[in-house]
Amino acid sequence: MRKLLVYMKDYRKESVLAPLFKMLEAAFELLVPLVVAAMIDVGIAGQDKPYILKMSLLMVALGVIGLVCSITAQYFSAKAAVGFAGKLRHSLFAHVQGLSFGELDTLGASTLITRMTSDINQVQSGVNLVLRLFLRSPFIVFGAMVMAFTIDFKAALIFVVTIPLLSVVVFGIMLISIPLYKKVQGRLDKVLGITRENLAGVRVLRAFHREKQEEESFEAANYDLTHMQNFVGRITAVMNPVTYVIINSALMALLYTGAVRVDAGILTQGQVVALVNYMSQILVELVKLANLIITVTKAVACGNRIQSVFEVENSQEQLAANASQDTAFSGNVDRPGHAGRGQELPLAGQIPVVEFRHVSLTYPGAGAATLEDVDFAAYPGETIGIIGGTGSGKSSLVHLIPRFYDATDGQVLYRGRDVRSLPVKELRSKVGIVLQKAVLFEGTIEENLRWGKEDATKEELQAALNTAQAAEVVAGKEDGLSEQVSQGGRNFSGGQRQRLTIARALVRKPEILILDDSASALDYATDARLRKAIGELPDQPVVFVVSQRTSSIRQADKILVLEDGAVVGMGTHLELLKNCQVYQEIYDSQYQDRMEVLRNAE
Amino acid sequence: MQNKDRRQRQRTTIRKVLLYIRNYWIFLILSLLLAVVTVVSTLYLPILTGQVIDQILGPGQVDFARIGGILLVMGIVIAVTALAQWLMNVCNNKITYGVVRDIRRDAFAKIEILPLKYIDGHSHGELVSRVVADVDQFADGLLMGFTQLFTGVLTIVGTLGFMLSVHVGITLVVVLITPVSLFVASFIAKRTYTMFRKQSEARGEQTALIDEMIGNQKVVQAFGQEEKVLRQFDEINERLTHFSLRATFFSSITNPSTRFVNGLVYTGVGVVGSLVAIGGGITVGQLSCFLSYANQYTKPFNEISGVVTELQNALACAARVLELIEEEPQTPEPADAAVLTGVSGNVTLDQVYFSYTADQKLIEDFNLKVEPGQRVAIVGPTGCGKTTLINLLMRFYDVNSGRIAVEGKDIRKVTRGSLRENYGMVLQETWLKNATIRENLLMGKPEATEEEMVAAARAAHAHSFIRRLPKGYDTVIGEEGGSLSAGQRQLLCIARVMLCLPPMLILDEATSSIDTRTEMKIQNAFAAMMQGRTSFIVAHRLSTIQSADVILYMQGGRVLEQGSHQQLLEKDGYYAKLYRSQFAV
Repeated sequence: MRKLLVYMKDYRKESVLAPLFKMLEAAFELLVPLVVAAMIDVGIAGQDKPYILKMSLLMVALGVIGLVCSITAQYFSAKAAVGFAGKLRHSLFAHVQGLSFGELDTLGASTLITRMTSDINQVQSGVNLVLRLFLRSPFIVFGAMVMAFTIDFKAALIFVVTIPLLSVVVFGIMLISIPLYKKVQGRLDKVLGITRENLAGVRVLRAFHREKQEEESFEAANYDLTHMQNFVGRITAVMNPVTYVIINSALMALLYTGAVRVDAGILTQGQVVALVNYMSQILVELVKLANLIITVTKAVACGNRIQSVFEVENSQEQLAANASQDTAFSGNVDRPGHAGRGQELPLAGQIPVVEFRHVSLTYPGAGAATLEDVDFAAYPGETIGIIGGTGSGKSSLVHLIPRFYDATDGQVLYRGRDVRSLPVKELRSKVGIVLQKAVLFEGTIEENLRWGKEDATKEELQAALNTAQAAEVVAGKEDGLSEQVSQGGRNFSGGQRQRLTIARALVRKPEILILDDSASALDYATDARLRKAIGELPDQPVVFVVSQRTSSIRQADKILVLEDGAVVGMGTHLELLKNCQVYQEIYDSQYQDRMEVLRNAE
Repeated sequence: MQNKDRRQRQRTTIRKVLLYIRNYWIFLILSLLLAVVTVVSTLYLPILTGQVIDQILGPGQVDFARIGGILLVMGIVIAVTALAQWLMNVCNNKITYGVVRDIRRDAFAKIEILPLKYIDGHSHGELVSRVVADVDQFADGLLMGFTQLFTGVLTIVGTLGFMLSVHVGITLVVVLITPVSLFVASFIAKRTYTMFRKQSEARGEQTALIDEMIGNQKVVQAFGQEEKVLRQFDEINERLTHFSLRATFFSSITNPSTRFVNGLVYTGVGVVGSLVAIGGGITVGQLSCFLSYANQYTKPFNEISGVVTELQNALACAARVLELIEEEPQTPEPADAAVLTGVSGNVTLDQVYFSYTADQKLIEDFNLKVEPGQRVAIVGPTGCGKTTLINLLMRFYDVNSGRIAVEGKDIRKVTRGSLRENYGMVLQETWLKNATIRENLLMGKPEATEEEMVAAARAAHAHSFIRRLPKGYDTVIGEEGGSLSAGQRQLLCIARVMLCLPPMLILDEATSSIDTRTEMKIQNAFAAMMQGRTSFIVAHRLSTIQSADVILYMQGGRVLEQGSHQQLLEKDGYYAKLYRSQFAV
């Protein structure tokens, strides 16, 4: 939480002035009982009506000054709190924009969204309350005590005993109940979990005829919750009666001491009334303070959660500039281990657009490596197919190219330069990627396509749509390119969304095009047309096609077969059919004619 | 008119809530009695204080004997108040949490018998929030209503009574000035309302943006749109800050203003009281008593306006939960519903008509007769409506007209439980319970032995990976299957059905989450399972389709073609076209 306070920097003035004015208000409030005492002792005792009126005007004046002070304070504190929250939101959002995929995975989207919305709101109201009340309440409590001392030392000693006693009770009960409330929350979460589970799994649960058992387990969780609530309730219910007893016992003591002192002629009747008034002011403020502390603890917890997001730094480092120069120049010269293979490659001697050198990847916290010793090169115009089972590391492999993740071992090179030596933005501008999950954003189709390239011409947009087989999707919409896309693209079918996301990637005419299992919702015929169109692109990008279907990659110049993160086969469709067992199995699971195909090929 | 409507609705809600409270009437009466005791004794205390003060006139003019007597009474009053307060709180908690528990129980029980149509048609998040957040909010409101509204009103009435009994004139001063405070509060509230609305609009807009962009942060970064998105965010953020400042500031004026008015009341009592006291109308002790009443009297007024909004909010929440509770349940089973037994797998669909909404026809005049052991393959493009068919077979939805019969018995005339127990279902969406693997597997057959369970897991190729999990079969699967891969979840779902092996199967061949090689391995298990069982298979694989006895070609929710592979190829319609585009190389 403390580190978040830098965002208060611009509101230093406000955050000093707000409590200051609050204290002024409190000071004027503390004067009122004295005025009343004077009224009684001088006015009533001396039958002095003009004096009483004068004093009442003084009280009204005190009230007005108090009002002005407090409104001023409210303004400053609102300004500081709201401004602080605004800055915090901006910084947090900006911070998240700069996180790498690895960090985003660890944090999770839903967490980030809560941090940015409800948590920041909590912090905002926390700051606002602190500025307004945190000084005021203790000030009144101790102020009342000090005022009591100015009236009478001995009577004030009762205050000295009462205040700590009250504080112990109020804060003690709070300290006990806060962790208990957390337990209540935990049990409420359980109730929530069961409810959600029953909605999500309604079909399965009903298919297995589990309604009764589910009701029973809900009932149990519900009982636990109620039981805990009642338990905590009983404890907090003690607070009011106990404080009431303490404050009123003090009052009785005060009255008795007062009586003795008045009898001795040390105090006046009015002063006793003033002391009684001070005593009752204390209770009100202590309760406010206790509530305030609950809000503040919540806000601090939220603040800490927000801070922990700030503490997650983008772990991707940028290699030093000179290092990048080196690789740039030595890229095509110093390639040990690749010389021999170069002869087999059709475009030997050229610098590969993408090259993996003994790349391994282990996700943070993962037990085993996701990719192990992946080593290949992709030359201009080539299509690389990547195939393998679920969890074999296909997506992870292509995600290394635009640096969504960094290799934990080995190097990924773009045109001979380590991708880590390139500015991420520049690198990504060369890559058009279509992710597995087809996501569109709220806005028009055109706006969505322009994500690929801000200043694309209409012709460029149309060309991309044509290649992506998405022209008909747009043509089918009433407003064409200006058709509104609702959030998440819900008003488009899965296949339509997929084609539009492919078009979006094509708009920027990427040097590297990555299709990460992005034709899964397309039927075979459309998929085939799409592959053909991409093959005919004028800019000849390097194309990576990730798929589980052999039909999607069979035309590729080079196919990588992945199993458990390792490359178990590399070559063309026919080569792999001949000699890669895993590939054969995959093919056999989709077709039955391997032998025939191989015979025909010979 | 609208207002009247709303009030009407509110009244019905209150009535229904009262029905829930009725079960706790003893506590309610006790709570009300205790509230009266608390308020009366709380109000009596200032009078006693005043009496003591009146015994302290000046040096030598103090009547210690009387003071001692009064202090004793004070002590008793204090003790009574404290005890009553505590008991009242305990009663209120009992009522509130009890009512809440009852409402939650009813809401959940309703969820268990709601028609699927309702559950499919409502956002789950929204339903969950009704059962959890709304009920919670209602509890807060109810508790606050009990503790503050009733005692607040009592305090006002009681104070008035006590004040009147002491001095009418001064009471008038209090009564006349207090409404100013209410007036000021409502004046400010009206001004603030617009700002609050604008604030929440801006906040909603911002949340939507955050939701969209952070939810898809990877796409944003892949396309290097970070700056553009941040600009968009900042624009909304600025607006939000603007309105937020105004809303916060204006609303925070309320407290100082009402406090100021309270100060005026206090001053008024001070002046008038003092003047009266000079004339000998009241004693100083009574004046001090009046002063503390002046403080107490205005406080409930300020609180009540807050409590009323809170209560209205609580009622709105209650209305939402009650709406759920009163939702029409699925058609109840007829009293003479038979238990479906001895099923061999005869399924007939007779002139079935079905649609989700009246204006969009889906299945029309659909007839199908399935013999025991036959395989029915359902093919068609994504979203062709295969779930519709599953919905009807499992009786998640009822047909609009016509009938579906198992073993010649209309499925509406047998118990849902016995119908569904005769089907084994493996769906593409792999739902597992947040429990141990064992509990998940035993879901369909709780009495199964360890050996049977392991055998089923082996058959589904799930045993080997389960064994490798940290706690084997006792590993807890996270919410919605968290720690397992999609493929592993699918295998567990298959094992779950393998264990109970009902006479009819509904299988959604899930090519999406299992890679084709693993799937091949499961195919054998599937084949063994289907042996001699009537099965409905949503099929993607050519071999399954070809070997099916009946193929249903579905599109747009309708069954367009029906027949065997050969028949349909000869027909040269949709199926033939699909076959050529996908499988003919």
